Amino acid sequence: MQELDNLALLLEQGQMQSVTTLTQQLLDAGIPPQVILNEGLIAGMAVVGKKMRDGEMYLPEVLQAAGAMQAALKLLKPHLLRDGVPSRGTVLIGTVKGDMHDIGKNLVATMLQGAGFDIIDLGVNVSPEKFVQAVEAHKPAIVGLSAMLTTTMLTMKPTIEALRAAGSDVKVIVGGAPVNQNFADQIGADGFARDAVLAVERVKQLIDIVP
Amino acid sequence: MHHSFKTLAVSETPQLLFGRSLKPVSCGFGLTLGNGEVFPELNFTLPTMVLDARNLSAVFAHYEEIGLMLERAAARLKLPGLVAEFELLPPMTEHPAWGAEITRILSQHLQKLHAECGIPCALRVTPTDIRDVTKPPELRSGIPLERVLQSFEQCASSGAHIMSIESVGGKEVHDEALLYGDIDGIIFALGVLAPRDMVFLWDRIVAICRRDGLVAGGDSACGFANTAMQLSAQGMLPEVLSAVVRAASAVRSLVAFECGAVGPSKDCAYEGPVIKAVTGAPISMEGKSASCAHFSPVGNIAAAMCDLWSNESVQNVRLLSGSAPEAYLELLAYDCRLFNVALKLGSASHYQQLLVNSDAHLSPQAYVLTPISTIRIAKAIVGQSNHYLMTLAAAREAVVLLESAAKAKELDLNSREADWLIRIAESLGALPSEEGQMIALMDERYGHLYDRGSYGL
Repeated sequence: MQELDNLALLLEQGQMQSVTTLTQQLLDAGIPPQVILNEGLIAGMAVVGKKMRDGEMYLPEVLQAAGAMQAALKLLKPHLLRDGVPSRGTVLIGTVKGDMHDIGKNLVATMLQGAGFDIIDLGVNVSPEKFVQAVEAHKPAIVGLSAMLTTTMLTMKPTIEALRAAGSDVKVIVGGAPVNQNFADQIGADGFARDAVLAVERVKQLIDIVP
Repeated sequence: MHHSFKTLAVSETPQLLFGRSLKPVSCGFGLTLGNGEVFPELNFTLPTMVLDARNLSAVFAHYEEIGLMLERAAARLKLPGLVAEFELLPPMTEHPAWGAEITRILSQHLQKLHAECGIPCALRVTPTDIRDVTKPPELRSGIPLERVLQSFEQCASSGAHIMSIESVGGKEVHDEALLYGDIDGIIFALGVLAPRDMVFLWDRIVAICRRDGLVAGGDSACGFANTAMQLSAQGMLPEVLSAVVRAASAVRSLVAFECGAVGPSKDCAYEGPVIKAVTGAPISMEGKSASCAHFSPVGNIAAAMCDLWSNESVQNVRLLSGSAPEAYLELLAYDCRLFNVALKLGSASHYQQLLVNSDAHLSPQAYVLTPISTIRIAKAIVGQSNHYLMTLAAAREAVVLLESAAKAKELDLNSREADWLIRIAESLGALPSEEGQMIALMDERYGHLYDRGSYGL
């Protein structure tokens, strides 16, 4: 559908006003909200993610697109809820205890939001106990752990152990400058991603969403 | 009483050279910096390991091992002088006694090195700025501030010779503005918020250093301009933006010197050349021999005006040759031999030209570090009446330099970079000329991110 392609293109260009206007027009024309979401907005953000990965878009442009996506989602949300369309899932994310770095974690959260996930961001310096409490309260599909220091990455393991000790089998994905796949395997994480774009792909794989 | 720099200490490029500063600094065990030689500044950190109270003996053992290595390797490499930098990890600042004990260990080894081998040396200690633990950060009160100041005091009385910090005031706004490429927010963070926090913090650091007879080294825009540099390295931000951020960041780092710091500036403060031009103080820099810590597009040019040459940071792990800190000390030692032989043979200007020309045309971030760019940016800064206008002037001068260089084909800029340079120039051109107007404007946009009281606003 041409209008949905246009919506995806406007989103890619980060034109928030045009994106929200067209989203409203599509809703008014009776296009199902799930179709607008999947074939317009998420399709547009998928292009944005690919262009970012390929070095064709800078972060400010990506975030502008993500902002347009959020604005359009605000319009769609009541319709999606009314139609009983389930969320793609909730991702609970935080930087582990002892670590104050949040840029990487924020980027991952933004890209996941852009891909249609609900995000609960616990912030920085998050203790294992706080992760456990938040998992019990929000029942996320995925927990994302971030660390930037070689001394704080080691806190990821006790965090995962605390989740398992509390009886949670939530899938855990880890990332951050000193972290790699080998480390993720060693500490019992379910996934690792080296950047925000790959984090979205990995989260989708972990909860069996076809990209 | 704060010093206000109204003229440049070094206003001609031939005088802006590595190994020579207008105001050499003597410190530690017989070491004088910026007096005709470049010395290595070795920085090191722990390998991947738990850092808590139960593991302290293992932590201290690493620094003991590094201290022994310094004694052995400095003699083996026949170093003319050495600065070792101990950069505290956050828990070492949260528990000031831990950082103080490591300071004592390292200082004792340097003392022995000087006593037994006659090698002049000094220990720089850099507590972590842990005040951003809360959001928004509480910068002027609270336990994190107490710990930071206690850390300075205890390290100062445990054998430190030079004290520095990478302070974080304004970072909460800068991070957000940087990610969105919002030059207004960047200038506000660097020119309004950061300088206010620098004054608050550096008045206290300088007082501690003066009381204990130590050298107040300097600060670094690491959390600002180096964050931009790393995001550019990953293709996430245009390089022209990072270059402008670098130039603008010099003002907040200069504030330490207005408060009484004397250098050597911090190694990761790539804005150091501007500091040197304005103040005449010796500077520490890092580039190609810091690739153990991070990559950069300024590997050679960063050395063009340095007085200390650093590796940024390396983990104490084993390599085929030996320990990684020893391997990097050897790299730095050979780099410094080249600087120093060039100075002795009267070839320093030519060597500097090689360092500059090998990088400058390839990256906007390198171009703003040429001696000519440095003087131009420094001149723009000292002509202004407050930190906001100084920051704005530095950023605008960087844009003019990059525009001219691209036009003259002295700098390779692709079309995306060129578009961003236009966008940045337009944003800077539209900013208010009154600081009060800027504060009112930015308070609306970023007021939710920062605590006004933390900046005396």
